[in-house]
Amino acid sequence: MSDDDIISKMVVLHSTYTLPSDLVIKIYESKADVTVKETCFGLVIEGKRSEVNRVARELRNLDPNRIFIKERGVPPGDKYLCRAGRGGGPKPGFHHHEVEFALLPYFSEALAEIDRGEIPKIKDVARPHITIDELKDIIEKEVKKSE
Amino acid sequence: MVKVFIYPSNSLILSDLVDRFGHEPLAMMQEIGKNIRTAGLDSPPINITPEDPKRGLKYAAVEVPAGVRGRMSLLGPLLEEAEAGIIVKEPDISFGCMGCARTNELINFLVRAKKIPLLELNYPNTEEDAKTFVYRIREFLDGLSASGTGKGDE
Repeated sequence: MSDDDIISKMVVLHSTYTLPSDLVIKIYESKADVTVKETCFGLVIEGKRSEVNRVARELRNLDPNRIFIKERGVPPGDKYLCRAGRGGGPKPGFHHHEVEFALLPYFSEALAEIDRGEIPKIKDVARPHITIDELKDIIEKEVKKSE
Repeated sequence: MVKVFIYPSNSLILSDLVDRFGHEPLAMMQEIGKNIRTAGLDSPPINITPEDPKRGLKYAAVEVPAGVRGRMSLLGPLLEEAEAGIIVKEPDISFGCMGCARTNELINFLVRAKKIPLLELNYPNTEEDAKTFVYRIREFLDGLSASGTGKGDE
């Protein structure tokens, strides 16, 4: 992957302290050569990989535990995905974000706890499925019993 | 930096956590982005072209439905690059573009067959689960950094 590849990243904000407009201002301040679209969930940024990654790092530093970033396949304002062109209805990927968005406050709290150096109580991990060797042992024992 | 395959491959949370803790997430979005930005004669939407099911033959037999092979043409190259993996078992969000149960089974099988360091987790539904989820991912990713390579299990 070259640094000159064009990529898009979506910035999902789940914060009562930071607004999408704050993030946009931060991008303008950084004078990065990227396209920005403000959305209801945060922002979509498009540009060269190196620039977008740099901007994403700067944005995350604004409110590290409440800003979530991932790469996005389609560019901002893509006419084939835009609801105006699709005749309404949810965009592809909407349901996925709906599910994950509800969990974001939990992750924010978890990240804050890790920053404070607290270690959560980890429940016992579920026992894995029975192995072939264990199954063979059981079969042999049962066969001996029946003889 | 280790290339970490994530499943579900379009997850915001997994992609963000891997990136946040200093590694490179291998997600489906980057493959879709490549397809969309590559100039061609195909009419949009240009996520999957007629060539993709042919490329998918590398990972699944010709009798397998074209949908599986089409998805494998996106996910297969990521699997080849993967040096570690994080798998969330039976996620709620395995529908939409992740919605093919057979592809998901094949992906899970191929990740395990690759013998790379692998972390398997359940999707969190409560705050307590989420804390454990994040903590275990961080421990796993820190372990990859310490080993210096993603092929420590081999």
